[in-house]
Amino acid sequence: MASIINLKVNGKTQEHLIPDAMLLVDFLRDRLGLTGTKQGCDGGECGACTVLVDGRQRLSCVTLAKSVAGKTVETIESIETKGRLSRLQAAFHEKLGTQCGFCTPGMIMAAESLLRKNPAPERDEIKEALSGNLCRCTGYVKIIESVEAAILTGEQA
Amino acid sequence: MNTGMNFELNAPASIAEVVEQLANKTGARVFSGGTDLVPNLRRRIGTPPVLVSTDGVAEMKSVDLQGDHLVIGAAMPLAQLLESDKLAGFPALLQAIAEVAGPGLREAATIGGNLCQDTRCLFYNQSHWWRKSNGFCLKLDGDTCHVAPNGEHCFAAYCGDVAPALLVLGAEVRIAAQGKDRWVSLNSIYEDDGRSHLLLKPGELLVSIRIPLKAAQWRSGYLKSRLRKSVDFPLAGVAVALRLDNRGISHLRIAVTGTNSRPLLFEDFSVVPLSITDDLALSAIDREIGQSIKPMRTTNLPGLYRRKMVAVLGRRLIEGLTAPTGKNGV
Repeated sequence: MASIINLKVNGKTQEHLIPDAMLLVDFLRDRLGLTGTKQGCDGGECGACTVLVDGRQRLSCVTLAKSVAGKTVETIESIETKGRLSRLQAAFHEKLGTQCGFCTPGMIMAAESLLRKNPAPERDEIKEALSGNLCRCTGYVKIIESVEAAILTGEQA
Repeated sequence: MNTGMNFELNAPASIAEVVEQLANKTGARVFSGGTDLVPNLRRRIGTPPVLVSTDGVAEMKSVDLQGDHLVIGAAMPLAQLLESDKLAGFPALLQAIAEVAGPGLREAATIGGNLCQDTRCLFYNQSHWWRKSNGFCLKLDGDTCHVAPNGEHCFAAYCGDVAPALLVLGAEVRIAAQGKDRWVSLNSIYEDDGRSHLLLKPGELLVSIRIPLKAAQWRSGYLKSRLRKSVDFPLAGVAVALRLDNRGISHLRIAVTGTNSRPLLFEDFSVVPLSITDDLALSAIDREIGQSIKPMRTTNLPGLYRRKMVAVLGRRLIEGLTAPTGKNGV
């Protein structure tokens, strides 16, 4: 069974004929070529596929693309501005929050979702917001420090 | 990527349309947040030809005070419930919701979906080829239980966090089907059979949950045992609600998840009313619960450990809730 869906991805309206059973992660990566969103555990356990749906973090590997028809999806590709890294991207780069980089898009989108709800979270709130995102390289300390650095950048701006 | 899934997904806008489709489309199943269902379908655990989503039903996505009850729509995402100030009188419920999975999953997962989630087992929540190479199992496609090979009973465990909290708060659920609509106690929709733990019939839909407002007079809390602090299902989970009078504990309800194929509610304790929560009284409560729970090797830690954790968590909750500051949970 296939359906035509309309949705907004990274500010652009999309209309596609897709199978009803297509996953959002496959729609983003295979149909739209937005390969910044990573396919990790493929079962909702690692957070690598985190995107924003209507501004809130969602795991695109357990989300059916048709179920977000009519909604707004944002991926890691959308958060830079004219080639300039967002404050979270810049902080992850400068504070070594990224090593192999596979978890980074999911980490940044989960952190982005947090900062939109709560611009000045405490360390425990950052840990809680990122607790569904796994990293095999950093040990998490550098990631949490990166988010804290991004918050300070925001306060100075 | 070919996920192997193939179905029709519909999202009607009313309860009437959802139950009409569930009744008339052969093999149709309810689709809520999908966080339990989608990974299972990808493992070929079920191949429903039609999924009927509740996401478009506005009536199922609200939290309202109605008379003497707080009514929660079954399609409310858990993350949004955590942000609602209407749940403040029910600490056990808020604590249980906060313990479900991780933040990304709670954005999609709904309270109704959590109550109706499938039972889980090491030998069941695996890919199709893994299960096939193991000769499948009693729960699906096979005839042997690998947890208890000599028996004919499926011990897959119910692992929802929210059900025990709602059970100790005395919650009821609204069940709709074509031409039918009724409220029943939450406790009555489960049975202790891993293969079919839900007593909902085909075509029936869990529409909403209601909690009596007077449950806010009970002190309540929820604690969960798990390996990691996030994402994991409970190895064992315990909810406690109790009332105090000037002599001690006058009423006590305890509910347990993660040990049996259904969440279990205990409310008739021989030692309650209880004047002093001493070790002897707590041991008597442990014994009464211990006779009914049956944690088996369905997950990554043994049944004996999980049995002990039920007693540990129950004691922690009772001690915390009876402390002078216990009113807001522990």
